Amino acid sequence: MWQRATSRQRKHVLEWLAEKAILATALVSILSILLIFYFVGRKALPVLTNEVIQQTANLTEFFTPNGTTPEGQSAFIWQPISERPKYSFIPLLIGTLKATIVAMLVSVPLALLAALYSTEYAPRQLREYIKPAIELLAGIPSVVLGFFALIVMATWLQKLFQFEMRLNAVVSGCALGLAIIPVVYTVAEDALSAVPRALREASFALGATRAQTLLRVILPAALPGIFAGIVLGFGRAVGETMIVLMASGNAAITSWNPADSIRTMSATVAAELAEVVYGSAHYHTLFALGALLFIITFILNSIGDWIVGSLNARLRGVRR
Amino acid sequence: MKAASQRYTSDVVLAAATGSAVLVILSLLLLLLVQIFSGGLGQISWQFLSTAPSKGGLAGGIWPAIFGTMLLVLLMTMAAVPMGVATALYLHEYARADAWLTRLVRAAVANLAGVPSIVFGLFGVGFFIETVGTKIDNIFYDGDLLYGKPAILWASMTLALLTLPVVIVATEEALKAIPLDHREGSLALGATKWQTIVRVILPQALPGILTGAILAVSRGAGEVAPILFTGAAYYLPFLPAHPTDQFMHLGYHVFVLATQSPDVNATLPNLYATVLVLLVLTFLLNIAAVIVRARVRAKLRG
Repeated sequence: MWQRATSRQRKHVLEWLAEKAILATALVSILSILLIFYFVGRKALPVLTNEVIQQTANLTEFFTPNGTTPEGQSAFIWQPISERPKYSFIPLLIGTLKATIVAMLVSVPLALLAALYSTEYAPRQLREYIKPAIELLAGIPSVVLGFFALIVMATWLQKLFQFEMRLNAVVSGCALGLAIIPVVYTVAEDALSAVPRALREASFALGATRAQTLLRVILPAALPGIFAGIVLGFGRAVGETMIVLMASGNAAITSWNPADSIRTMSATVAAELAEVVYGSAHYHTLFALGALLFIITFILNSIGDWIVGSLNARLRGVRR
Repeated sequence: MKAASQRYTSDVVLAAATGSAVLVILSLLLLLLVQIFSGGLGQISWQFLSTAPSKGGLAGGIWPAIFGTMLLVLLMTMAAVPMGVATALYLHEYARADAWLTRLVRAAVANLAGVPSIVFGLFGVGFFIETVGTKIDNIFYDGDLLYGKPAILWASMTLALLTLPVVIVATEEALKAIPLDHREGSLALGATKWQTIVRVILPQALPGILTGAILAVSRGAGEVAPILFTGAAYYLPFLPAHPTDQFMHLGYHVFVLATQSPDVNATLPNLYATVLVLLVLTFLLNIAAVIVRARVRAKLRG
């Protein structure tokens, strides 16, 4: 076996050195993940352990009502710069979720249908062009999409829906949707084209039409892969920063109305870290926000990758 | 007969629905491109590309931002490509596919690709600037602030980690395409494994590695969130000349002009033009990567 070829050549110093150097470099990826976890976590930890920091920033503050509305009802408030700073994560979580849901509603149907078209209906030659074109969409920097949402889309959508606030969850969600269409499309397309030919041919042989084969044979077979694409797209949308920083309005409003401005977790970190006092409660709270973001996306990505991995393994005939 | 025509209808409906989804996506892409080209093309001139911005981006050009972006991705590539190629070599040429360590490395690479870019920014601050940089200052510069602050070096290292998975995936794909015969033939002729890798495998994998490097550069050139706190500057009157200098960046310049300008309408022409330059830069890189990859695949098919 080629991979083990060195075992008989250990005598050569260079061989030995090269192998060890390559092994060491490969470990950089693992080390990076651990270091990211450690260094972001370490800066977030004071909100759980440091008593001085905890006076203003702690889990109760983050997740339970921490203020009152003008009408006197208890409320969740993110207001880090004020006499008594308020650090509720709830408006940020809701904002993130709202933008992400809009993004999924826009991107998933479009991306799935497009993936179906390119695997099932597109002539071979056309398919060779569709895939790179959609990948081109993935190559657009998110700051450009943010710019497009802020300057162009916001105006169009406001005219269309008569939004009171020009920048809101719908505008930023639509732009986010553009950003994750390629993610969902690519994974779904892979899943669809990995469905064995035999299934398709058997279905046709039994007299099923193209549509029946597609809906009852191919889609169910590709479902785990499609689900993985959706999960990975969701993770991408939750973590995406520049689009929401530019086009969401950045107002931490606790409401489920998609026409309200929002402030997402990622945009909050991006907007506030530059001006924060080093070592303050606010500083550590922002790292806690980042750590939470990291954990959420880590879980989503792990689920997505695990599904893709086990699908690939099944296709290769390996049991896991 | 009725049943047959119903079936036929569902076929047509599905084909139309899926086809129009593709059309919608492509026309959105086209719309964006047309909007940006028509908004920015008139403003592009040699002067715009070669001078520094003035009056808060209202006038002048974007040369420092172009230079900063290029220097940034150059430093990033110098770190990401060797690391990425070595990791791919490990995964494909040295590691056994089912070993636990191999799976762990693969899982780490996949997860690294999914870490939000803003978290990379936080990591850059917490690790490179406040830990590594501060240590360097304390040991070599008696605690003078030099490395322990935002700098192009730290921004490029942060981006290198972010783009590492891109290089790894592309290189591994190239390695997979090289027939096992070539390795065995080389070994049979008496070459050692390292000689085989250097003289037989890597030359054949070069186009794939190039594809990975180009894609990484394209990705790295467009990312703004990781460099917000690790080195990008609002405005700098000079070009970065030392690893510890800050730098201007096309994407960050777009962000600043679009969100921090007191009069957005007045900055709009320069804003569009900057977006256009950034977009053309990343698209050219992406198209180059697609072409290189297509050529390699065509060659492999014979």
